[in-house]
Amino acid sequence: MEELLSTFVRAVFVDNMLFAYYLGMCSFLAVSKNVKTALGLGIAVTFILVCTLPINYMLENYVLKEGALSWLGTGYQEVNLSFLSLLIFIAVIASFTQLVEMVIERFAPALYASLGIFLPLIAVNCAILGASLFMQQKAFDNAGVVTVYGLGSGIGWLLAIVGMAAIREKLTYSNIPKPLKGLGITFIITGLMGMGFMCFSGLKI
Amino acid sequence: MGLSNKNKEILIGPLSKNNPVIIQMLGICSALAVTSKLEPSIVMAVSVTAVVAFANVIISLLRNTIPARIRIIVQLVVVAALVTIVSEVLKAFAFDVNKQLSVFVGLIITNCILMGRLEAFALGNGPWESFLDGLGNGLGYGIILVVIGFFRELLGSGILLGFQVIPDVFYQWGYVNNGLMILPPMALIVVAVIIWVHRSGNKNLQEN
Repeated sequence: MEELLSTFVRAVFVDNMLFAYYLGMCSFLAVSKNVKTALGLGIAVTFILVCTLPINYMLENYVLKEGALSWLGTGYQEVNLSFLSLLIFIAVIASFTQLVEMVIERFAPALYASLGIFLPLIAVNCAILGASLFMQQKAFDNAGVVTVYGLGSGIGWLLAIVGMAAIREKLTYSNIPKPLKGLGITFIITGLMGMGFMCFSGLKI
Repeated sequence: MGLSNKNKEILIGPLSKNNPVIIQMLGICSALAVTSKLEPSIVMAVSVTAVVAFANVIISLLRNTIPARIRIIVQLVVVAALVTIVSEVLKAFAFDVNKQLSVFVGLIITNCILMGRLEAFALGNGPWESFLDGLGNGLGYGIILVVIGFFRELLGSGILLGFQVIPDVFYQWGYVNNGLMILPPMALIVVAVIIWVHRSGNKNLQEN
């Protein structure tokens, strides 16, 4: 239980996908213009993270890793398929994204229209593949911890994009030097938010 | 080798006024994450350029045979295969840099430049133009990476590619490396400054 909690808190605050690793930056910058859309995208990303991470974890441990296929018989003990991991992970993620896209199109057409091209592009959201690759690197104990890690990363990303959208909504009325308008000021604000999040580093539970 | 005007435009455009990172907002994740030093920035720039150029060519050759509904998955598979090759090559010949880049080599797959260029260009143009477009965009991305990496390493650690650049005398006079430059948030601010400088020179790019 304690391990789950600490994994969660670390994933949300300390190793925040966006501020610590800059993952998922593209959609973060493009979709953070109003809070509602940002919230929708954040939830979609969190959902896909929670679904794909455990699946990828299973695949990693029972198919891809060196010796992972030993459950098939002793002859498979030396098979090492880890060079396939990128392909397999991205295939899982892309198919889940397709699924979520169909669900959103059916049940929330307004959100579907406002997300536009960025919905299918969740498949190439670095935060999601990034979480899978970090999972591979960190070698978690079991699928439960991995799921919590996915949830935490997703919520961390959601917090970041919703916060950003709220700031940008207010920003429309402010007086910014012309060349900095739009993209430039967004970068600076993200940097400042990142500095804020750095205070959490070293946090332990 | 003579290039027609249109092809020249395709190749040169992305270097400045249609730059993938600071204008099209593509590929920002990796541009920020690997640039705390110059060397990984250069390796990353070369890898991405190679992947974009070849992925563009392959998709452009296949463009008439891919059904529109499943094109994203087809693109991902092509890109993932190329990235796997790049990552194996890096592991074999540049192991240290590969360690520093860690997950970001794999993340070239999800680099938005790839998807963006494949969708916007390779699906509608021939292989040669697509190759030039990929090369141009890869270089445009590379320039930004190298500039960020240069300033962050110079100001953050006072060295470039492992050699000390700032003379010892400066340190004796009280110069101190700016440790903040190495931390993640400063990368964003460096990009913002690049955008500021770039747009001050190109008034038509400013947003309202």
